[in-house]
Amino acid sequence: MTALAPEGVAATARITAVPDGLGGTRLPVLESDGPLALRRTRGAGAYARVTVVGAMSAPLGGDRLAIEAGVRDGAALTVDSAAATVALPGRGGRPARYDVRLTAGAGACLRWLPEALISARGSDLRMTTRVELAARARLVLREEQILGRYGEETGTLTTRLTVHRAGRPLLDQELAYGPGAPGGWDGAAVLGGNRAVGQLLVVRPEFERSPPEAALLGDNAVLTPLAGPAVLVTAVAADALRLRRVLDRALRTFG
Amino acid sequence: MHLDHSHDTTTVVSADAARSDGTRRALRIGLGGPVGSGKTATVAALCRALRDTYSIAVVTNDIYTREDAEFLLRNAVLPPERIQAVETGACPHTAIRDDISANLEAVEDLEDAVGPLDLILVESGGDNLTATFSKGLVDAQVFVIDVAGGDDIPRKGGPGVTTADLLVVNKTDLAPYVGSDLGRMAHDARTQRGELPVAFTSLTSGEGVKPVADWVRGQLAAWSA
Amino acid sequence: MDTTSPHGASPGAARAALLVLADGRFPAGGHAHSGGAEAAVKAGRIRDATDLATFCRGRLHTTGLTSAALAAAAAVGADPLVLDEAADARTPSPALRTTARKLGRQLMRAARAAWPCDALDALAAARPRGAHQPVVLGVTAHAAGLGPEDAAHCVAYESVGGPATAVVRLLGLDPFEATAVLARLAPELDQVARRAAEAGRRAPAEGPGALPAASAPLLDITAQAHAAWPVRLFAS
Repeated sequence: MTALAPEGVAATARITAVPDGLGGTRLPVLESDGPLALRRTRGAGAYARVTVVGAMSAPLGGDRLAIEAGVRDGAALTVDSAAATVALPGRGGRPARYDVRLTAGAGACLRWLPEALISARGSDLRMTTRVELAARARLVLREEQILGRYGEETGTLTTRLTVHRAGRPLLDQELAYGPGAPGGWDGAAVLGGNRAVGQLLVVRPEFERSPPEAALLGDNAVLTPLAGPAVLVTAVAADALRLRRVLDRALRTFG
Repeated sequence: MHLDHSHDTTTVVSADAARSDGTRRALRIGLGGPVGSGKTATVAALCRALRDTYSIAVVTNDIYTREDAEFLLRNAVLPPERIQAVETGACPHTAIRDDISANLEAVEDLEDAVGPLDLILVESGGDNLTATFSKGLVDAQVFVIDVAGGDDIPRKGGPGVTTADLLVVNKTDLAPYVGSDLGRMAHDARTQRGELPVAFTSLTSGEGVKPVADWVRGQLAAWSA
Repeated sequence: MDTTSPHGASPGAARAALLVLADGRFPAGGHAHSGGAEAAVKAGRIRDATDLATFCRGRLHTTGLTSAALAAAAAVGADPLVLDEAADARTPSPALRTTARKLGRQLMRAARAAWPCDALDALAAARPRGAHQPVVLGVTAHAAGLGPEDAAHCVAYESVGGPATAVVRLLGLDPFEATAVLARLAPELDQVARRAAEAGRRAPAEGPGALPAASAPLLDITAQAHAAWPVRLFAS
């Protein structure tokens, strides 16, 4: 439930997806909370679809937001969002937290495709995304970070994406940008002056037998097979549009 | 679940004569010398001369490309799996003398992949007259110079010319055209090297590499004795 | 892993061993690698000492920190195979995984000659094609009587020393300027090593999730492209 924390909102939205027994998926848990409003929208095939609406102006500094989505054995769920999430500065300059916790069971399919996260000037957001996959689960996950709105300096943004499969680490990545990040984040090793960075992770059990080959997707993006049965597209771009173009192309191939 | 590593071999710490499974490893001969003296051509000719008798592989140390390895591949002197290129970070002498770890890995990988081998030729990237191989990497080394580089090279000496187990003076067919005095080169080499052998070669003729090949056969006989 | 080192009086008390291990002439293959600098030079992102400084700073706080923490964890006795798996998860680029294992194997050879011990033998037997280099370095540091901060310092320094040396060769950059870049980074390097060591100390109890996973998108992207270049000076 929403709680009014002394210096911000604490809210946790929850989704649970289970097979409906008819080849589709139903959502016995669909709990909106505070700024995180969830709507069931029209899915495709076996997939149920949930769209996060109303997160546009959150998180503000001091907020603690979380989304938990569980896809049980054999269920299929797509989660997307109606608009980009903009991290804004809040009261007292405190950082905001946004924690995403995802689980997918045996034979479950999860497509986590939110719109971009935009770090506005003066904001400070710490985001974590933690994914626990069963060995036979399938995942498509997209993350996009845009550093500053149009023509604006970026805020401080740190993200950590941790994915475990069958209890073992599959991918663990932290990114830190902006005035509160350690030095060099804008330089030749990290972003090279780019303002949009994104990733598309695709986990499929069948990659264990036949992993896709690494491939360059232009000068600033690459598709790489991980040590486990997954591929990761890593891309940097000058802006959100160019970033999405690269990730969409990969999504069409692997989505 | 980890797709990257296999579990088939173990690493020997140093350049022991035995491999980790106890079998005797291949004889390793290094070939060094200045740029353009004909190291790669010598390696190619040696492979052609010896490949029907011995099981051979080659490690190349290119300065900044895989060109030497690719020359050998293009000329099909050995099947591609018997040729491995080591990258040297613009310092070929470092990779054969000061930090031989990448080269040791390459020779071990070749023995694992296509062994048993009798002979591994380790070719250095073209470098200067001071580049020599570590004894931790090779059992014997050949230094290749050519007459076109100037007939005063043997007189100038340097570790390669002076201490290599075999000094090869290549491109003797060019001597009249570049004004090099083969007699003087032979004399200077003897002065610098004492009893260590010198071979004069011209690889333009089919039998040109024979003196080097004969020397290698001698080394192989001693190694397997 | 036992708590006393076979080659040092007490763990963390050794100092000269750190100089041996961190010496650029330590024969473990590092000289052939640019740490992504060659790709950055070719892309025009490193043109001078200022760019080099920014590149090194970014690398230090990302892959440098992550690698240093893995080494620190190995130096305090966290299971090296668990750390090796954690290193895989922190290295999405297969080209960089290959490089890390290759360098790990090369370091292992030098380490077993310098500080032979059961822990190194066991890791070599378990990962014959090479464990990730920072993991091998941490186990080596322990064998040499060094502590987690030493291991972290060594790895953090390598993360910037390699690119600086490479850029001297690639651009003909004034070597004094390149050394000055490293000297000015020294305080940050100390901070990174301290942070890495703190995280590393927590790893045996809390697992590898306690270790940082800082990453640099451009290094991951360009490493893959660089590995496919037909002509290059450096192996990575």
